[in-house]
Parts: sequence; C-alpha cells; structure tokens
Amino acid sequence: MQDAIAEYVHDGDTVAIEGFTHLICFAAGHEIIRQRRRDLILCRLTPDVIYDQMIAAGVASKLVFSWLGNPGVGSLHAIRRRVERSDPESLEIEEYSHFGMVSRYVAGASGLPFFPIRSYFASDLPVANPMIKQVESPYGDGSVYAVPPLNPDVSIVHCQRADRNGNAQIWGFLGCQKEAAFAADRVILVCEELVGEDIIRSDPNRTVIPGLIVDALVVEPKACHPSFAQGYYDRDNRFYVDWDPISRDPQMLSEWLDEWVYGLTTHAEYVEKLGSERWARLTPGHAPSAEVDYGTYK
Amino acid sequence: MSEAEYSRSEMMIVASARQLAGERVCFVGIGPPNIACNLAKRTVAPDLELVYEAGVYGAAPQRLPLSIGDPTLVTGAVSVTNMFELFAYYLQRGLVDVAFLGASQIDRFGNVNTTVIGEYASPKVRLPGSGGACDIAINAHKLFVIMPQSTRSFVKEVDFVTSPGHLTGKRPDDWPGKGPAIVVTGFGVYKFAPDGEMYLASLHPGVTVDDVRANCAWEIAIADDVAQTPRPSDEELRLIREDLDPEGIYTSR
Repeated sequence: MQDAIAEYVHDGDTVAIEGFTHLICFAAGHEIIRQRRRDLILCRLTPDVIYDQMIAAGVASKLVFSWLGNPGVGSLHAIRRRVERSDPESLEIEEYSHFGMVSRYVAGASGLPFFPIRSYFASDLPVANPMIKQVESPYGDGSVYAVPPLNPDVSIVHCQRADRNGNAQIWGFLGCQKEAAFAADRVILVCEELVGEDIIRSDPNRTVIPGLIVDALVVEPKACHPSFAQGYYDRDNRFYVDWDPISRDPQMLSEWLDEWVYGLTTHAEYVEKLGSERWARLTPGHAPSAEVDYGTYK
Repeated sequence: MSEAEYSRSEMMIVASARQLAGERVCFVGIGPPNIACNLAKRTVAPDLELVYEAGVYGAAPQRLPLSIGDPTLVTGAVSVTNMFELFAYYLQRGLVDVAFLGASQIDRFGNVNTTVIGEYASPKVRLPGSGGACDIAINAHKLFVIMPQSTRSFVKEVDFVTSPGHLTGKRPDDWPGKGPAIVVTGFGVYKFAPDGEMYLASLHPGVTVDDVRANCAWEIAIADDVAQTPRPSDEELRLIREDLDPEGIYTSR
C-alpha cells in the first residue's frame, strides 16, 4: 500500500476512493494521511467517515460529493467545521445529487462530454452549482439536465477477490466501483484476497474491473474497516456511532489520528490493534450462492 | 385496546408505516423512513418491495439496517445492481410507486430542504444535502415525507430547495412524478389539496389543532373532517422495540 500511494497519488490530484457504504478502502485513506498528501480534490458520493478523517488531517482543499453525513448516525463534524466556519481553513465544495454523481462517473468512463438525466428541475442545486446545466433534447421532446464527466487522476477501489493480473470480482453492493475505475487515469485496486486466474475465469460475470485498466494491485485484508466486505466482515456500526463524539471535538480527533493512523505504519497493525474480539463480532455467518454452470463449448 | 405508553416518535413511525398499505414498490430513505418502511413490510404491506439507493431491489433485511447500505440488505434480496442501473432503470424509468424520505425543512407546497440552514455560501448549519432525494422527488410516482414538526421545520419558505414538491402550487404535467402526497410528523398526518397546498388530515391521539398551529410557521389548512390517528397497537410497538429499533435510536423513549 505504501508503494502504491507513493507512486500513484500526488499532491493536487483529483482522487476518488469509492464504494457506497460497502468496500470503502479506509486503509488507503489512512496511508494517504500518513504520507501527508496535500491539496487533493476528494470525490465520493458519500464522503463518509474516511473523508472526515482525511479532511481533518488536512490532505484536501476541495470536496466533490452528493451526500455529506455519517450514515445512520448524523454529521461529519470535521468537514462541517471547515464548511460552516472555515475552521481551521476553508474547504471548497462542489455538490450534486447521487444520480448526478453516478452519471458523472458514467460520462467519464464512457468518454462522453456530459450525461443527461431527468433531475434538478426547480431545485436550487443548479443555482448552487453552475456545472449542472439545463439542455434541450435535440429531438424536440423537452429538456433535461446535464452533468459533466468526472475523470479522477486516480481512483482507489476495493474488491473481494482479484488475480495477480488485477482482474477484480465484487459481490454485494456494487456502488460506482466499476464506473470510478473506468473513468480514472490511474487505478489502485485493493483486494481482500488474491486468487488464481482460474477462479476468476470460472465466473466471468462477476468480474467488475479488468486488469487491463489497473495500475497497482494491493492485497490488504480487512482494509475497509469500519466499512465492510460482503461475506468477509460486517459493517462496524459501533465505530460509526463512536465516531460522532470524536469528530465533534478537534482535540479528540487529533488524538485519534495520532493513535490509529500516524502511530501505526501499516494496516496490518491497525487490524491487530482492533483486537480479535472485535473481529469475531464482525464475522458474518454463511450464505453461499447456488452454483451456476457456464458449460463447456469445444 | 391496550393502554401501553408510547413516544411521539413511535407514533410518527407507526402512522408512517400504515400509509404504505397497498403499495408495491417503495424507495426507502435513510433514518426514520427506513424503520417505517421495514415496519410496514412486517405489518400492513408484506408484499412491499423495498428499494434502496445502494442498489437493492426487493430487500429482505434480517435486522434493522443502521445505514441504508447495510450488508443485511444484500443477503436474500431479489436483485443487487450498480447504482447507475438503480437510478436510471428502476427510478428514472418509472418503476418506483412511492418514495419515503426524511426532511429538515418543508414549506406549504411540500418543497423540501436537506442542504443548508442559512445561506448556501455561508451556512449556519450544513446539512447532508440531496443524496438521491432530488432525483427521487422528481421521478418516484409519489412522495411520502416523515419528519419532526416545529416552526423551525414547517417553514414559510425553505432556505434551499433540495427536492422540489409542488413548487408554488402545481408542478408541470410532464414531470414523471406527481410529487408529495403525505407528510407524517409527531403531531399528525398531512395531505395535499388539488391546489398543491398541505392540509392537516389526521391528528395523533392527545394532539390538538392548536398544537399543530403552534408548530407551523404558516397558517396551516385544516380538513373539515380531521380524523383521529389510531394509537399504536401492541404488535406495532413490540416490532419497533424488540426487532426494529431495540436501542431507541430513531424512537427515543
């Protein structure tokens, strides 16, 4: 992870660590904090606790998003302090709806100049963000809103399993992992588990990202905590609830970063520090899918 | 009829869940709508197909998901798709009958703010923003809203229109969705007249019209025949307290 971040994430880059609640690569965010990147433009539909931590640590000057909260809990207070009071400094924001952000990745991944959606009518969002523009259908059947493509300099996407060529398979919530990867100039792929190419080829419908577009592959188990990896470990809801008082208090937040990010050198140490009892609690039961038969054709 | 005690927020959840009787495909918002929709599926609407913006159609959660992106929404669902397909094919194509969302501010025409209190450029309070709400409010066939009521939330003019309601009385006919139909608060159930204005349709037990007026910043219209919301049943309270919100996160008791 250290090498991948050092080589592919530079000061001033536009960075997307995607994953909708699921497969959010906290380990990559922590490594970016440790390497003290600056002036990043951070993109995500839901900044989540990982961007609250990164923005508190001072890595970003701008945030592009569509829903700014601690899901199911409340606010991301470090980000709010910067937006409401420029405390300790201002943070530029560029805001869409979820469908708008998703469509931006789709446009970016498809090489299109914009993407049209049926949204934003009579909303103040296009007033707040002039990048959302109303356009007439060229076929004369009304108007829609256009959003611009989003092409991150680097997208960091997590997956359950990949082979050594970076062919990645995901199940559970797919979020925008595929779109964010295809839209990016550089892709860092992080996996829970490295598997043989034969495993990937045994179920090609489950392959979301081909190694063709992957620049760096990192094998980092449990890299998403407190987010989750379907079938591997549960969402640590207690962490999200516990984050609220930490996030409210800049001193506590700074101490948390010292203890859990700056004070550690690798994610393996973080996993160890959380303790086996916590991991046992987060281990799900089994619910395997039924096998399918692709057939052989010779 | 039992005389069990219950909280205002429990009444709000129960009254919201009952509104989903007879509905088929429901888009579920974060927070109180999440518990209301899951209560509906276990009571008045067992065939309800729960849709979550994380990409799920036909969720069958075994526990109440704290977030709307919980792994319990995946296991046993009918379909899990990427977010583009969920918004484009399910929502924008018109397959969602009703969406249940929360709100921070609402005006008499059902226009909703979840973005900022104060000026956008220098907000007094920065709220989460749209998420999928703006997209949903425009494209779902109809919209139900669940929210706490006070003069700070039921306002003359919202500080920011995140999700359009009936605009200043009527939304254009060519919009895919018909807009807000029901608002449920801790005080009562509100509906919308043909001219797009909200009116009080049902009062919760123990609440008076004066309470409603004192907690609304405009002069709220009152139906001629205001109904009384039936109190929560023992079974509804049991499901909330034992299964759906055992820690009382959404239903402070």
